[in-house]
Amino acid sequence: MEPYSEKVMDHFSNPRNVGEIQDASGVGTVGNAKCGDIMRIYLDVDDNQVIRDVKFKTFGCGAAIATSSMATEMIKGKTIEEALKLTNKAVMEALDGLPPVKVHCSLLAEEAVHAAIWDYAQKHHLAIEGLRPPKADIHEEETGCPV
Amino acid sequence: MESFIYMDHAATVPTRPEVVEKMLPCFTEQFANISSTYTIAQRDKATVQKARETIAEVLNASADEIYFTSGGSEADNWALKGVAESYAAKGRHVIVSAIEHHAVLHTAEYLEKHGYEVTYLPVDENGIVRMEELKNSIRPDTILISVMFANNEIGTIQPIEEIGKLAHEHGVLFHTDAVQAFGQVPIDVRQMHIDLLSASGHKLAGPKGIGLLYVRKGIRLANLIHGGGQERGRRAGTENVPGIVGFAEAVRLAAETMGERAERMSELRDYFMDRLLAEIPYVRANGDRKRRLPGNVNVSIQFVEGESLLIMLDRKGVCASSGSACTSGSLDPSHVLLAIGLPHEIAHGSLRFSLGEDNTKEQVDFVVDSLKEIVQRLRSMSPLYEDFISEQKKANA
Repeated sequence: MEPYSEKVMDHFSNPRNVGEIQDASGVGTVGNAKCGDIMRIYLDVDDNQVIRDVKFKTFGCGAAIATSSMATEMIKGKTIEEALKLTNKAVMEALDGLPPVKVHCSLLAEEAVHAAIWDYAQKHHLAIEGLRPPKADIHEEETGCPV
Repeated sequence: MESFIYMDHAATVPTRPEVVEKMLPCFTEQFANISSTYTIAQRDKATVQKARETIAEVLNASADEIYFTSGGSEADNWALKGVAESYAAKGRHVIVSAIEHHAVLHTAEYLEKHGYEVTYLPVDENGIVRMEELKNSIRPDTILISVMFANNEIGTIQPIEEIGKLAHEHGVLFHTDAVQAFGQVPIDVRQMHIDLLSASGHKLAGPKGIGLLYVRKGIRLANLIHGGGQERGRRAGTENVPGIVGFAEAVRLAAETMGERAERMSELRDYFMDRLLAEIPYVRANGDRKRRLPGNVNVSIQFVEGESLLIMLDRKGVCASSGSACTSGSLDPSHVLLAIGLPHEIAHGSLRFSLGEDNTKEQVDFVVDSLKEIVQRLRSMSPLYEDFISEQKKANA
């Protein structure tokens, strides 16, 4: 396998925003243990729909942990609307790239953010433009993991 | 170089200095192509013959039953393809165990594409072939059984003599991939009814790029590599004289020290495994605890993933390996761990430490202590662990 970039190694070794948020505004969990990665993102959103705090927990490889860390860093302090625009590509670029076999980790991170926002919207009965229901698992279609 | 603790001897072993010393003159003074007729070539040919005899003696084979190859993978390929081609008139059915190295498994799949039928024999929860099941899968058109001597991932040693006996009772040829076992445990091809055996130089502190296939006298085996009369016309290519000489020296040294080494390493292995099982919760030992390679430690650590473990160990200077899908670039975890019945999520969290003779108790202690810290850290960020703990709290409430 290709080596990880320094940024990936940094976010893997010193992940930002690890943890849980009690009574979170929204929680999203994506991935599948069978395929080797699960990400969970907790959001604390204020009345102006600004993400005041974000935490994550991830079971997975170095890239899975690093993309979770980077994605949380990129949406912290942003509005829900801005956070929804986060793409896996942006996460990858921020990490100075990922080995090709690890691209699905960035997709998982994007999906985890969406899932947490979806949960927030459901709990608060909000209709948010561009928000789609989270996929139960992105692996099958994106990477072919036979769940 | 930074200091590191090497515990990946099943991947490869550093070449012994004594071996390198024996090899060096073969690059410079003893450089002849031994197919030539002049005196120096004949001298070097005798050196190769002596090496062949040394290795044959350790296996209880005769020198003309040893065929040098480029390594274990070539030997495995040759054994399966060669027998398949030469015995096609008798039948087109081959039996291999489900936990073979990919050099055997992928060759078996290749044979399937070329009109052969393959039975992938399941193993028990420790990775051992069930004799009754093996017996039942033998058919009149079965030409070959291939079961590895010892497994590269979980270290399980198969009942090779029983398998060989059963194969011969049914007139079936028996091949064993002994790449991991050769030099670690005693092998006697006659007593164990082995017809073909693959071995590799670098796994027993010899050089890379050299291996062998033992072929019992009288067995027909189609050539894999054409183009010259080397290896009695069966395997073309100018002999790798330094490799052969180094291989033989490594085999000689391994055989000489085997008993004492196996005892010491088994003790270290058991100490390692016992500490891991006692001191890290939710750890499972993989493979048979007794019928096992002396240096093999394999565990699954629940709620964490193997590649993360490996990177963190690497940052502490520890070299190990994992059966996680993430380390192989494929999506499925190790076929061996799945074959012994591990669920995917447990297989993803597996680690293999393969000890060598230079590893010490102090190193094992350092690795266990480091791993305890690493596992704790990774579990603190694992949603699986979080769910497990909250389930437990609910159950206890």
